[in-house]
Amino acid sequence: MSSAAVAPLHRAVRFYAAPIGKKAVMAITGVILFGYVVGHLLGNLQIYAADHDQINRYAAFLHDPGRATLLWGVRALLLLSVVAHITASVQLWVLKREARPIGYVKKDDVPAAYAARTMLWSGPIIAAFIIFHILHLTAGSVLPLQEIAPNQPDVRANVISGFQHPAVALFYIVAMLLLCLHLYHGVWSMFQSMGVSHPRYTTGLKRFAAICAIAIAAGNISIPIAVMTGLLSN
Amino acid sequence: MRLTLHIWRQRNAQEKGRMVRYEVPNVNQDMSFLEMLDVLNEDLIAKGEEPVAFDHDCREGICGMCGFMINGVAHGPLRGTTVCQLHMRHFRDGQELYLEPWRARAFPVMRDLVVNRSAFDRLIAAGGFISVSTGSAPDGNAILVPKENCDRAMDAAACIGCGACVAMCPNASASLFMGAKISHLGLLPQGRPERDKRVVAMVSQSIAEKFGSCTNIGECEAVCPKEIRLEVIARMNRDFLRATWTGRGVSRDEAEQVSNNSLAESRR
Ligand code: HEM
Ligand code: FES
Repeated sequence: MSSAAVAPLHRAVRFYAAPIGKKAVMAITGVILFGYVVGHLLGNLQIYAADHDQINRYAAFLHDPGRATLLWGVRALLLLSVVAHITASVQLWVLKREARPIGYVKKDDVPAAYAARTMLWSGPIIAAFIIFHILHLTAGSVLPLQEIAPNQPDVRANVISGFQHPAVALFYIVAMLLLCLHLYHGVWSMFQSMGVSHPRYTTGLKRFAAICAIAIAAGNISIPIAVMTGLLSN
Repeated sequence: MRLTLHIWRQRNAQEKGRMVRYEVPNVNQDMSFLEMLDVLNEDLIAKGEEPVAFDHDCREGICGMCGFMINGVAHGPLRGTTVCQLHMRHFRDGQELYLEPWRARAFPVMRDLVVNRSAFDRLIAAGGFISVSTGSAPDGNAILVPKENCDRAMDAAACIGCGACVAMCPNASASLFMGAKISHLGLLPQGRPERDKRVVAMVSQSIAEKFGSCTNIGECEAVCPKEIRLEVIARMNRDFLRATWTGRGVSRDEAEQVSNNSLAESRR
């Protein structure tokens, strides 16, 4: 049988038509979002700097009008990733429902797979959190935001005053615990989806995923806790 | 020991089934699970009732015919074991057990605990083979295979095609089965030339059979009687992504057809 290379457009269609293709899209967009979450954590942790202006200088640096194209480019990429990630997850969910029309009367689960089975719960709640988070600290629609000057938000003051509302702090903490769960499975899962797996490094990859997930959640959760306990104040 | 069983009873593929309760008062702990069902069936026949239909053949754990859910776990509570090799000493006196057939759209129930697994045969027919021109068998050691690849191919080849992976998977995906075949063949030099074609054909067949998609949960691995590892699925994914990247694995005619079909599909 003679083999033909399929045209690139058709190749892309064939790729996305397959569940493996959709998972690869989730994995690649997942890496982008993961990279963002890591970067975001490093930005957030600057709130602990002895120099109280540190985090505000960082914010001003990001908001510098001279770099507006870069800022909006990154935002567009992130939005695109979130949309593609969610679209693929919904399509896979539909496939899942079609694949077992009659369920079991009794079904047991593997306990270790808790995070994996709850991806479809942790995901949407994290999405709701992302919207709330942007409304809260970027758009200022939840609480009024303070600015030092145009394009220079007073991030430190805004974060601290936000977390002085227990309900806001609690929602951030819950969302980060769910993100921990999501990444605990997701970070390992993306390697598996992209075909990176071998008896020699599978355990290592799983450990890497667990460490990343816990470190990201712990780092972010420490901030509302520090505000509520009074360690961080204006 | 004494057991209470709730068994899915369904006369044929068309009828709607239901769970029926049975008492088995005289279970010997040295019986296998299937022997326990044989005892129940003798009882039912003596009473003039229909015996419970279940698949089985070798009863040695090597043919892949047997299998059903016991309390929501494929092949029951003992890891790395088929129901025919599962003994009653792993259960307690007075225990209540729920027996259900594999559930997947691709595996329609034919009767009681028996499902139709022809979808697996069609997956194999699509690509789970190597094309050999017949002739005399080549010399045993003419093709060298690294020991590690040989071992991993053997591990994957242990798959007996029972369907427990599909039954247990929350997505009813056949990925562990396909991955096992793809790894078993793809790790050996004889299977490598058809790698691209194999993965593309098997993946598209699995879509046609309405198997679900893998979300890397690992319940298949936990219940596989041959303890096939999730790594085989990663290998399938890798082969698929590679075939996509290079555009290989589809014949000239199929290329046209596949693209047209999938274009039409994506427009729908
Ligand atoms: C902070 C944002 C997020 C990050 C960093 C992230 C990261 C990831 C990663 C790395 C994966 C693994 C990809 C793979 O399966 O190979 C994943 C899977 C998944 N994500 Fe997200 N995700 C995020 C937000 C969301 C949102 C908002 C949803 C909402 C629907 C979502 C739903 C899912 C689902 C359903 C899966 C597949 C689960 C599975 O593999 O079984 N994620 N995510
Ligand atoms: S009857 Fe052959 S594997 Fe169980």
